[in-house]
Amino acid sequence: MAQAMPEAILRTESLTKRFGGLTAVDTVSIELHVGEVHAVIGPNGAGKSTLTNLLSGDLRPTSGSVFFAGKDIAGLSSDRISRLGIGRSYQKTNIFLPFSVFENCRLAAQSRTPHAWRVFHGAAEFPDINLMAEEAMVAAGLSQRRDMVAAALSHGEQRQLEIAMCLATRPRVLLLDEPLAGMGPQESQDMVELIQKLAGRHAIMLIEHDMDAVFAVAHKLTVMVNGEVLESGVPEAVRGSPAVQTAYLGGEDFLNG
Amino acid sequence: MSFAFFLIQLLNGMQYGLLLFLVASGLTLIFGIMGIINLAHGSFYMVGAYLAWSLAGMTGSLTAAILIGIPLTVVLGMFLEWLLMRRLYGRDHLYQVLLTYGLILVFEEMRSILWGDDVYGVKVPDLLNHSIALTENLSYPVYRLGISAVCLLLAAGLYFLIKHTRLGMMIRAGASNREMAQSLGINIKLVYTLVFALGVALAAFAGMINAPVSSVYPGMGAQVLIICFVIVVIGGIGSVKGAMAASIMIGMADTFGQILVPEVAGMIVYLLMAVVLVWRPEGLFGRI
Amino acid sequence: MRALRLAELLLLLLFALLALFPLIDSTFYTQLITKVMIMAIFAMSLDLLVGYTGLVSFGHAAYFGLSGYVLALVAPQYEAVSLWWSLPAAMLVCALFALITGILVLRTKGIYFIMVTLAFAQMVFFVFHDTKFGGGSDGIYIYAKPTLVIAGFQVLNLEKLNQLFYLVLIIMAAVYLLLRRILGSTFGRALLGIKENEHRMRALGFPTFGYKLSSYVLSGALGGLAGYLAAVQYGFVNPEILSWHQSGAVLMMVIMGGMGTLYGPVVGAFAFVLLQEVLSDQGFLGPVAKHWQLAMGIFVILVALYLPQGLAGLLRRRKAEASDGSSDA
Repeated sequence: MAQAMPEAILRTESLTKRFGGLTAVDTVSIELHVGEVHAVIGPNGAGKSTLTNLLSGDLRPTSGSVFFAGKDIAGLSSDRISRLGIGRSYQKTNIFLPFSVFENCRLAAQSRTPHAWRVFHGAAEFPDINLMAEEAMVAAGLSQRRDMVAAALSHGEQRQLEIAMCLATRPRVLLLDEPLAGMGPQESQDMVELIQKLAGRHAIMLIEHDMDAVFAVAHKLTVMVNGEVLESGVPEAVRGSPAVQTAYLGGEDFLNG
Repeated sequence: MSFAFFLIQLLNGMQYGLLLFLVASGLTLIFGIMGIINLAHGSFYMVGAYLAWSLAGMTGSLTAAILIGIPLTVVLGMFLEWLLMRRLYGRDHLYQVLLTYGLILVFEEMRSILWGDDVYGVKVPDLLNHSIALTENLSYPVYRLGISAVCLLLAAGLYFLIKHTRLGMMIRAGASNREMAQSLGINIKLVYTLVFALGVALAAFAGMINAPVSSVYPGMGAQVLIICFVIVVIGGIGSVKGAMAASIMIGMADTFGQILVPEVAGMIVYLLMAVVLVWRPEGLFGRI
Repeated sequence: MRALRLAELLLLLLFALLALFPLIDSTFYTQLITKVMIMAIFAMSLDLLVGYTGLVSFGHAAYFGLSGYVLALVAPQYEAVSLWWSLPAAMLVCALFALITGILVLRTKGIYFIMVTLAFAQMVFFVFHDTKFGGGSDGIYIYAKPTLVIAGFQVLNLEKLNQLFYLVLIIMAAVYLLLRRILGSTFGRALLGIKENEHRMRALGFPTFGYKLSSYVLSGALGGLAGYLAAVQYGFVNPEILSWHQSGAVLMMVIMGGMGTLYGPVVGAFAFVLLQEVLSDQGFLGPVAKHWQLAMGIFVILVALYLPQGLAGLLRRRKAEASDGSSDA
């Protein structure tokens, strides 16, 4: 992949986060492009989730920059980053359990519209919001569950809803933090297909432990260890890298993964 | 303001602050370790004061009253923890507020039934019933110095307890991680009971030793409670060090406020809190 | 949704009963029910915070009292002030106070929030208690009740108990409908989302601080509305109306009735005030009634332990069981 890539939509430069004496993310520079799934892997504690939190604004970086469409957004609050078009899903399912599936999506879509302060209209009276919510539900394969309370969904469906809510905000960048966590084989398969489908119109950063899934969807792969980037490139190249093989996973499983 | 007068105010502020620390430290420990907001904490201060008055009346000595009163309040604390507080662990703060508010009503009414609604004075022990002359017409009571000294001793003891004893280790472990403490074989239930009883005893003791200074009156608990809330907010939840710093700050601000700007003295501590909120919403020594 | 509709039907019934109530023609009971309805408005305003935004305020009395003091201070000594501008003025002062303190208190969460709201309310208490400007601890009398004059014609005479009763009844209904409407809007849904999981709402792009502040200000203004009416009814204000027991009592009404339901706090206000009346009735309970607070305290503790969803929760549970049974048929 030596040809000139178009400008990255999201790009970090020497991004660093320290917690006291611990450097959780150490001068990380990565790029995300629309149409690409960029998988970030590494052992527990490698700093993957911290990286996600830095990109989404849940944490403020200690130093370094995050450029979104050319503009430095490091240190902005998470709601502003979300409104710019960067959506995220959570490792632990983080949905509104007492609300219906539709209401979860509708609420997410609502954040994109200027109707918030029209307090004398019913919440469901805005066709544009409803449409965004419906589309997100369809995209995430949840239209059958529209009126079900989120708490009653299966674990896999809750993970789908997590992504549907993210989609309802119409982001250009998706930060997916272990979307397959705790899923059965069939659910995982569905999720992998969903991610592949979404890759067409979004820039996706995927954090995942399931190597089958990672190699099935990733266009680019970054390996993190101890907060640093060990290796980054196309999956085949990274897979063959001696540094990765010695430093991570003791070689064997990873090679055949 | 002459120097002697200034010195007296300084000592008064210090004494008031140290006394508040006894109440606030228990409050902040109970917040920090058990995650409970206890509105009834001021009632323990009141219970202490009334106990001191009634026991001193029976025995004729405040010292004896305190020696009998402390074990009683420890038992009261353990009983309340066993009966009510343990049902609140992990529940929404809303219900903690509600239950402990109900407790205040119960305590106030019990006070009214047992001890009546009058204001009572408590005699200073003879041994400490002296004054040190500072100038011709200004002097400082030894008893107040005694209060400050006892409070400082207790503060040092509390510091030692938390930093250097097994119970203190358990307290710190419980504060940082309940599950981990439990899996290490720490009897967290017992730790909670002890911490709560300790908090109750500290507040009650403050009420006892201050009874000769403040006298004993209905509603005295509420006033102290709200000031101690301000102290905890300023110092940072769960921080005993913060409670100490904030107590002295409030003691001084209130004492000098009454002298310099009596009209708005009641507001000063709240304004101080507002400033801290703007500057450091997590409190001076807050961990969040 | 069916549960809601039944509750609404019951409320309509309650409204009709209340509308007929003055026919009983008892000064004592008309005054008592007026007081209860004022507390119901107060409790609904707090439910907006506690039940719908997830903010447990223990200083709501500040608005209740502040507004009463505004009325007492703007009213000329022996002349009636116009309701037209004194009511909005009182509510505006409350809204402003909520805006300023809200910016501060909303920087905190959880236990901090509870303590800080209490502390600010206490600050207001001391302002009126310690300074002469509000009459000190004695308070101020309001000798003439506000009037409502339209085109030179006196529409309302609040000296008449029944007219005050109906004014309060209509305002209570209006506040209920207004809050229902607001809570059903996108704004209201966002508040519920914040109550459920504020962090997630921010990640979805909601500037949650602005939402919370708006809710806080609206709640303060409506609390002020209740306080204004109370000052009109009693004809005087003193620092007691700002006391933290007032904050505790209204929180109690919200929880006892069932927070986050809007009709719950109305039920809670009725239950609380009437219970208080019964417990402190010497003719009924004899000398024990002097210590009614003891019984009230025990009652409050029992509600906290065994009735977390309040009376409305009981109603809902019963209904859930009933509809489970009927859906099989």
